[in-house]
Amino acid sequence: MSTVTPIPFDDAIATFDPVIGLEVHVELGTRTKMFCGCPTDFGAEPNTQVCPVCLGLPGSLPVANAKAIESIIRIGLALNCDIVEWCRMARKNYFYPDMPKDYQVSQYDEPICINGYLDVTVDTDEGPRVFRVDIERVHMEEDTGKLTHAGGATGRIHGADYSLVDYNRAGIPLVEIVTKPVVGTGALAPAVARAYVTELRDIMRGLGVSDVKMEEGSLRCDANVSLNRPGAEWGTRSETKNVNSLRSVERAVRSEIERQAAVLLAGDRVVQETRHLHEDTGVTTPGRSKEHAEDYRYFPEPDLVPIAPSREWVDELRATLPEQPSARRARLAQAWGISDFDMQALVHAGVLDLVEESVAAGVAPEAARKWWGGELTRVANERGVDVATLSVSHGDILRVEELIASGAINDKLARQVFEGVLAGEGAPDDVVTARGLAVVSDDGALLAAIDEALAAQPDVTEKIRSGKVQAAGAIVGAVMKSTRGQADAAKVRALLLERLGVSE
Amino acid sequence: MSAITRAEVAHLARLARLALAEDELDHYAQQLDVILQSVARVCEVAADDIPPTSHPMPLVNVFRPDEVAPSLTQEQALAAAPAVEDGRFRVPRILDEE
Repeated sequence: MSTVTPIPFDDAIATFDPVIGLEVHVELGTRTKMFCGCPTDFGAEPNTQVCPVCLGLPGSLPVANAKAIESIIRIGLALNCDIVEWCRMARKNYFYPDMPKDYQVSQYDEPICINGYLDVTVDTDEGPRVFRVDIERVHMEEDTGKLTHAGGATGRIHGADYSLVDYNRAGIPLVEIVTKPVVGTGALAPAVARAYVTELRDIMRGLGVSDVKMEEGSLRCDANVSLNRPGAEWGTRSETKNVNSLRSVERAVRSEIERQAAVLLAGDRVVQETRHLHEDTGVTTPGRSKEHAEDYRYFPEPDLVPIAPSREWVDELRATLPEQPSARRARLAQAWGISDFDMQALVHAGVLDLVEESVAAGVAPEAARKWWGGELTRVANERGVDVATLSVSHGDILRVEELIASGAINDKLARQVFEGVLAGEGAPDDVVTARGLAVVSDDGALLAAIDEALAAQPDVTEKIRSGKVQAAGAIVGAVMKSTRGQADAAKVRALLLERLGVSE
Repeated sequence: MSAITRAEVAHLARLARLALAEDELDHYAQQLDVILQSVARVCEVAADDIPPTSHPMPLVNVFRPDEVAPSLTQEQALAAAPAVEDGRFRVPRILDEE
């Protein structure tokens, strides 16, 4: 029954209401681990950032990282949570070699932050719609080590002969954020899931508590989905683990809705289990079955004393919270006079900070948006790098805009200027000089180029003469090409029509 | 008759990854019973207004600053490992987990 053919999403939604729940793990960007002073740098040689505490050697004792506790309280506050006055860490006991202690220090029935919410906006055919996602809890725990399954053919656990363990990640502070079940999203469930994780990521980034790189696993999402017929009780849920991109969050929810609907319509029952999303196909397959309720025998961690954040400390941290990303976007959209749609495009391209910095440096908002959201993003994508790493300064953009405003260059030439700046040819003025870039405003030179183009395309020339003005584009294009983009296209067109004695 | 059943002992044994023989289940059921009875007697002493104690000392908020301390070297970290490969701990494959 694991091989049902999924039914189309719209059909699934026509029959069933989805309930979703999201668990997001965020690795904090502290310099050291949760309970010891080992560094947390990504990509170090295996087992070089470990010590007796995070290896669980006998006699070692953990001490909580003050910065991690501060970070989780700030996260809780940013998510509108209550910060409890007293809580304890708990031991979660299980046998799996990803933790050398045979337990993970976590929180069980006393999470440090409770009862929050996050409003997320999704685009619909009727315009943007806001959903409130209630947050059940935000708790502190430690990350686990990394297993590589070796031997065998597939590299996955089935067929592997043994596993290799690197404990560098074991003990890195991890914050788990758990939503309450989200109902009433209908066909928008996948979009709401994605918008929630996106918003969460932006909040973490704004707080500066994590680098939230999904591709490096510093933000990971598990998506719970169940279906029920309208008005009926909630169905059995599945949990899709470690969904590692924003796109995958959306796909995981969508694909589970399609699969579960098919299972239910065939008269079968959904099995409560963990599933894995396959990035290539967008389909989930079953992992560990949860039919046996897991028994972790949680108990209060005896090696760590309780955490009791004073109200003064919480208020102090509340005062350090940055503006919420949604409020910031609304403020900037208004200041720059751009639509929600254009703002979304900038956020998607990941250039909002850059545009804001350029504007602060004196570039007109429209120009900053145009260059960062267009040409520079294109170049970055082409090179496969983060646009923020391009070697172009806000001063460069300001100067290019001045050159355009003065008529020295046009937009087309400006692209060549950026190309030169990015290639390390110097500041915009250096590139203009070195490459000999300048708008050809001399009518004589333009007319010569026009005559040359007309002579090369006599048939087009005849067409224009006979009144087919739209054919002029071919000649203008040829002139722009022969002047290497250094002419003003509108001016070329006007001169051309005048030359042939044709009017628009 | 033990208050702890054989099934409960078997469950605990599985959680602790202990392989117990059939006769051992009865044996440990009796022993666990004695332990539970002893704890139950202690519970009788505790009054309703005394909350369960997890930490005997009245300390809270023991934190350390986020400052890097030296780690072990890879050789030191792996010194006590029964098996090692590529700078990693080598462990038997684990079934039924992912």
